[in-house]
Amino acid sequence: MSVEQSVKMAVRGLTKIFGDAPEEALELLRQGETKQSILERTGQTVGVADASFDVYEGEILVVMGLSGSGKSSLIRCLNRLNEPTSGEILIDGQDIVGLGHRDLLEVRRRKFGMVFQHFALFPHRTIQQNVEYGLEIQGVSPAERAEKAQTALSQVGLDGWADAHPGQLSGGMQQRVGLARALAVEPDVLLMDEAFSALDPLIRRDMQQELIALQSRMQKTIVFITHDLDEALFLGNRIVLMKDARIEQIGTAEDILSSPATAYVERFVAEVDKTKVLTASAVMRRARTVAFVSDGPRTVLRKMEDEDLSLLFVVESNFRLRGVVRDDAALKAVQRGERGIQGIIEPGTEAVGLDTPVRELFAPLSESSMPAPVVDAEGRLKGMVLRASLLQGLAEQGTAPEQEEAA
Amino acid sequence: MIEIPRLPLADWIDAGLDALTDHFASATKLVSDVVETGIEGAVDGLMWLPPWVSILLVAALAWRLAGRRTALLALLGLGLLWNLDLWEPTLQTLVLVLISTLVAVAIGAPLGIFAAISGGVYRVLFPILDFMQTMPAFVYLIPAIPFFGLGPVAAVFSTVIFAMPPAIRLTTLGIRQVPADLVEAADAFGSTKWQKLVKVQLPLAVPTIMAGINQTIMLALSMVVIAAMIGAQGLGGEVWRAIQRNEAGMGFEAGIAVVVLAMILDRITQGIVRTKPGSAS
Repeated sequence: MSVEQSVKMAVRGLTKIFGDAPEEALELLRQGETKQSILERTGQTVGVADASFDVYEGEILVVMGLSGSGKSSLIRCLNRLNEPTSGEILIDGQDIVGLGHRDLLEVRRRKFGMVFQHFALFPHRTIQQNVEYGLEIQGVSPAERAEKAQTALSQVGLDGWADAHPGQLSGGMQQRVGLARALAVEPDVLLMDEAFSALDPLIRRDMQQELIALQSRMQKTIVFITHDLDEALFLGNRIVLMKDARIEQIGTAEDILSSPATAYVERFVAEVDKTKVLTASAVMRRARTVAFVSDGPRTVLRKMEDEDLSLLFVVESNFRLRGVVRDDAALKAVQRGERGIQGIIEPGTEAVGLDTPVRELFAPLSESSMPAPVVDAEGRLKGMVLRASLLQGLAEQGTAPEQEEAA
Repeated sequence: MIEIPRLPLADWIDAGLDALTDHFASATKLVSDVVETGIEGAVDGLMWLPPWVSILLVAALAWRLAGRRTALLALLGLGLLWNLDLWEPTLQTLVLVLISTLVAVAIGAPLGIFAAISGGVYRVLFPILDFMQTMPAFVYLIPAIPFFGLGPVAAVFSTVIFAMPPAIRLTTLGIRQVPADLVEAADAFGSTKWQKLVKVQLPLAVPTIMAGINQTIMLALSMVVIAAMIGAQGLGGEVWRAIQRNEAGMGFEAGIAVVVLAMILDRITQGIVRTKPGSAS
């Protein structure tokens, strides 16, 4: 993250009490009573107790906690789906807690986009009409909102699905629609409430990676709620850890893993194996030079000489991995007068996925001196993992190493 | 021993109704005249068409909305009624049912929407609905007479009261059972109450509201038959005449006609719910 960060959203002393007589509970909270004892004494449920934090422009802030920790109440306070009992929520310096109904609607329309755990798509509307919803209620003209909806749909990779109904889509695709619906209004802040929790694990990981990819292009300010520490560590630039309505710790993934603020956080993160958090995408190096299937052996040899390599990954024109080619094989092909390299492509080390945990990389890499290619879900080459970079990544304890250029 | 005097409940109700009649009689008589003319006009208009044309039209409508089997049912059932010389009373009953349903839904659906949105309206309205639904249907016939006189308009009046509760209830239910997260999504994007109602809640409540309309039609049909006692014509009139003459055969013919009409109306309205897009989920 860059050093200079401007505060997009500032939350100060935010408290939410569910019940008909919050004053007494509020007073007890000030005296430092716990959620449990307040419930017993007053019958009021404390959703969020005195939460203060900043959300920086362009970061993913993950609010993480187990169920009942108050994270969902917190995110709903941010756009006042839950009316805060006390506290301030400043967006670009404007406190939205005191706003009247009209102004609140305006803030919800212009500043926020929200993505829901169970997608909350409108079943009676087509995908496009779903994505257009936010624009429609703002009174945007049909032509303009159709255009923006198309843009949002292609951002999430759902071109061509505009006329389908939500019921026809898989869970992962439905949540892409949910994301597109939120992006279509071009919000300042994206609120994502357990957005991937209802998806099955594989699709979930895809969506996490895609969110990261989207984020690298769009630089949105995102508040992301999750109960899953792995997800929090993977997505969060910073993490807010909640327990029993209170914030336990705010910090980067490294802060939380390496210096837990409380015993609770410590116990929580003890579950996380550092080599499990670290994935291939974090330790891989970019493959700066590759051979294309259509290259001739002379071209391949020239590329190897330029980069001082004895081996190149071979990819198709769309970067789908085909195998490797070695310098000696290429040399022989030139001597035999062959025009293409199809005959000399070898399978090479088995490819690993972007999200493969690092601990699963030890075995293949110790057996082979060749780097392991890293591919995405479509089998496109994204980088490679060398033994050296693997060890370096581990030495840095859960932080991604700087992306060195391959020697 | 203490004597508890008998409550003059009946006197009070009579007094109340008399007062209403005195104040509104001229208005209700006017309404009565207009509506009666309308009903007669509608029946005459339908009678002007040859029965076989009407039967084919209904069958075609049934085909479009509810499929082949309902079309066949309409064709054979209505053909039977024509054959039994019950065509005119059937049309009279149909017109009364449709007018009553129209009025019941026109009043009931907005009330149902109010009750869904406002807890206060709900708490006041729903006990009244319980009252309306458990009150024996015949009782509604009595006050209808001083307001509208004997005849089809009094029948429509009591039918509307009897048949309206499901239209209200199921409209409220339909709106209230829209999943909370969809309502939350609508709120999160900054919808006004009206936008939320029109764009999310009502469309999703349509299948339930249609089920309510279906029930309203069925109740209206049963009430219109009973209302023959206060001079509504139609199939109920045939049954009423059969009772007075003690002719079981004639009574059953008219009764079967009511059943046929009920089945056709039921299938067609249910068909509308099923073919409505987006109601699948």
